[in-house]
Amino acid sequence: MASMRDIKRRKTSVQSTQQITKAMKLVSTVKLQRAKTAAERSKVYFNAMYDTVSSMLAKAGNIDHPYLKESESEKKAVIVITSNRGLAGGYNSNVVKLITNNEDMNKDDVAIYAIGKKGRDTLARKGYAIKGEYDEVINAPLYADAHALCQELLESYSNGEIGEIYLAYTEFKNTVSQVPKMLKLLPVSIDEIEIKQDSSKEKALMNFEPNEEDALDLIVPKYVTSIIYGALIEAVASENGARMQAMDSATSNAEEMIQTLELSYNRARQGHITQELTEIIGGAEALS
Amino acid sequence: MADTFTLKIIAPDREFYEGDVEMVELRTTEGEIGVYKGHIPLTAVIAPGIVRIHEPGEVKYAALHSGFVEILQDSVTILAEVVEWPEEIDVNRAEEAKVRAERRLTEHDSATNIPRAELALKRAIARIEASHK
Repeated sequence: MASMRDIKRRKTSVQSTQQITKAMKLVSTVKLQRAKTAAERSKVYFNAMYDTVSSMLAKAGNIDHPYLKESESEKKAVIVITSNRGLAGGYNSNVVKLITNNEDMNKDDVAIYAIGKKGRDTLARKGYAIKGEYDEVINAPLYADAHALCQELLESYSNGEIGEIYLAYTEFKNTVSQVPKMLKLLPVSIDEIEIKQDSSKEKALMNFEPNEEDALDLIVPKYVTSIIYGALIEAVASENGARMQAMDSATSNAEEMIQTLELSYNRARQGHITQELTEIIGGAEALS
Repeated sequence: MADTFTLKIIAPDREFYEGDVEMVELRTTEGEIGVYKGHIPLTAVIAPGIVRIHEPGEVKYAALHSGFVEILQDSVTILAEVVEWPEEIDVNRAEEAKVRAERRLTEHDSATNIPRAELALKRAIARIEASHK
C-alpha cells in the first residue's frame, strides 16, 4: 500500500494540474466569446458573397473560363487550417485526418499550404510536401492575410502548377460542436452551387459590367479570398471551443482523481492511527 | 420626393451601412455610375473611389476601395473589401502614401510594380478626397 506521504504528494500534483486546466478553460472561454462575435459579424458578408456568386454562376454557366472548368494538372493544393498550440482535444488531428484518410489525395500530388503549426508538423512527418507556412496568421486572422494567400494560390493555378484548390478547416457549428470540413475552392463546380438557388433573384436578368468573363476574373478571386477569410475566423472560434471542452473534461477528470486520492489518503491515515494505538496498548500491557 | 431603395454596404468584418436611400453614386472599373430606384440588374466591379450615399435630406460619403456591387430593381448590395467613413481615415497617412506612390511611378525602375503603385495612388487619392468632405 502506498504510504500517506506518497498519496499526499500525488494529490498535490493532480491539484496543481487541475488549476492549470481550469485557468486554460477560462481563457479559452473568453477567447471563444470574442471569436464567436467576429464569426457572426463576418457571416453576413459571406452569405451575401455566396448568394451573389452563385446567382452569377447560374447565369454564366456555359462560359468557358479557366476558373470554372477542370484543369489538366493533377496537382492539388490544400490549405490546412489548424492551431499553433495543442491541448485542444481532437481539433488538430481531425483536420489532418481529412487529408490522410482521403483516397483521392495522393501524397505525391498534394501540396500543403499550412496555416497553423500543429497541422504542418503532423503532415510534414507523414511525408506531405509543405509548400507554404503561415503560422502567425491564425493568431489574429486579417482579411489581408487571406488576400495574400489567395493571390499566391491563384498565380500557381493560372500557371497550371496546380489543378485544384481545396480548403480543410473546422466549421464552427456552436460552442459544443465543431465539424472538420473539406471544401473545394477551385475550379468552382457549378453543380454544387446551383442547389441553393432561390427564385427571387432568378427573375431578374443580370447584366455584367465589364462583360461576364472579365467580371468573373475579378470576382472569383474575391470569392475565394472571402471563403478563406471566413474559414480562418471560424477555425479560430472552433479551436477555442474545442480547447474549452478538452480543458473542461480534463478539469472534471482531475476532480475525480482528487476524490479517489482523498479517500485512499484518509484510509491510510486511519490505518496508521489504528496501528499506532495497537502498538501503544500492546506496549502498556507488556509493562504492567 | 424621389423613391427610395435599400442600400447595403457589407465589409468582411462588419455591416458598414444599411438604409433607405434615394441615390447612390460610385465608381466602377468602367467609370462613375449613379443608381436610382429601378435600375436594370447589374453586377459591376468597384474601382477605388468615393461612394456618395444620397439619403433623403442628407448626403454621406465614404471611401470605397475594392469589391463589387450587385444592383437589383429595388435594392443595391455593395460587397466591399475595404470601406471607410471619412472620420476613420488618417489623412496624414494617406498623404504620405500618395507621395510614396507618385514617387514610385515617376522613378520607374524595372522593379516597380506599376499597376500596384497606380492602385495605391488611387486609394490614397480616394481617402484624401473622402476626408475633405
